Amino acid sequence: MIDLHGFGALLFAGTFMTLQLTFCALALGLILGIFGATAKLSDASVLRWLGNSYSTLVRGMPEFLMVLIFYFGATDVLMSVASCFGYDEYIEVSAFVAGTTALGFIFGAYASELFRGAIIAIHPGQAEAARALGMSRRQTFFRITLPQVWRIALPGLGNLFMILMKDTALVSVVGLEELMRVTSFAVGRSKEPFTFYLTAAVIYLVLTSVASLGMQRLEKRANLGVRELA
Amino acid sequence: MDWDVVLQMIPKLAEGAVLTLKLLVLSGVIGLCLAVPMAVAKASRVWWISLFPRVYVFFFRGTPLLVQLFLVYYGLGQFETVRSSILWPVLFNAYWCAVLTFSLHTAAYITEILRGAIQAVPPGEIEAARAIGMRPSQVFRRIVLPRAFRMALPAYGNEVILMLKASALASTITLLDITGMAHTLYAKTYLPMESFVTAGVFYLIITYALTHLIWFLERRLHPDRKEPVTIIG
Repeated sequence: MIDLHGFGALLFAGTFMTLQLTFCALALGLILGIFGATAKLSDASVLRWLGNSYSTLVRGMPEFLMVLIFYFGATDVLMSVASCFGYDEYIEVSAFVAGTTALGFIFGAYASELFRGAIIAIHPGQAEAARALGMSRRQTFFRITLPQVWRIALPGLGNLFMILMKDTALVSVVGLEELMRVTSFAVGRSKEPFTFYLTAAVIYLVLTSVASLGMQRLEKRANLGVRELA
Repeated sequence: MDWDVVLQMIPKLAEGAVLTLKLLVLSGVIGLCLAVPMAVAKASRVWWISLFPRVYVFFFRGTPLLVQLFLVYYGLGQFETVRSSILWPVLFNAYWCAVLTFSLHTAAYITEILRGAIQAVPPGEIEAARAIGMRPSQVFRRIVLPRAFRMALPAYGNEVILMLKASALASTITLLDITGMAHTLYAKTYLPMESFVTAGVFYLIITYALTHLIWFLERRLHPDRKEPVTIIG
């Protein structure tokens, strides 16, 4: 068996941090994705333009650069905004917050395209029928459109989730104590880089495999009652 | 934004862009060469032929590129046999480590793309080729592979763009690609927005150029088709 020199608990804590980061970014990304998609499908051209530039810009930039921009840039931007309101103290953005926002932003940019596609894929007659039954626009969106968007977008979201999970490793570079960072720490102490990076790789493999199994179950559940074309 | 500083940064970032492009082209070509035999093996119905590519793809798609990069750059030096081998001068060099890791990484994704394309070649075409007397190797060389390459091109284009963005990680092992340059410029000027956002613009320009290059290739390979397939960039 691999000798972890007593760093097992540290790696476990790092894995837990990785999971926290993943799920916080996921929550933010899903919200941004829904907003992005509704903006892209909006009647107002300003909103459409905003939604489209958001996904084009974010998808054209390296994820790693986004993490750096959010970590180093956020302090700058926040301080200049705060000084407009007369607050001149130093503001520091933690690596966790910067990482979550950066990864959430990236996830949201891709998810907004998925949601847009899914909303379009739902027959407009369904929304018309709901409106004819007297549902308000909001009720129609939450009761008719959104549950089906979930089903259609789920396979794509699963892929994005897997990518997000692997992208959390990037946040180690700005100092968040997640799996990759604690592994580097263990490497520095033990002088056994291969052993520890391989262990980290295996942990990531387990995480992504579990996630992929979970996605399969979610998809099965979301597709209950949908006729399959044999 | 301080525009004078931005202007002064451009030559340095352009220098970084040359390295980014070098990494991208090398890993794209080597990755493709590695992926062709693996895709063929993975499409095989014999389980032990498809075993290696399946394990390979599972590992490289399931772990972050950063881990793979560190495993090669820092990890391999742990073994005395590697350090005393003739390969050590190559593996000691950050540039070649990046090329090696990126090639292995992208090869896994290209394998999947090509495998899908090989399996999507219409059976009728293969039957027709056999019927006019082509040998299995000829069918493969003249029918299956050209058809598969053509079908895989849009997805391959996507993968090249993903690899362009992934290549930013080269900066974590001391290389001065666009991101690495931006990082040193930031360390010199303490202007994060100027240095990183300008670097981002460089990536956007390269993405834009690549997308159009792939559209052009698609038009060349599909003379019968007028509208190019849109690529998610």
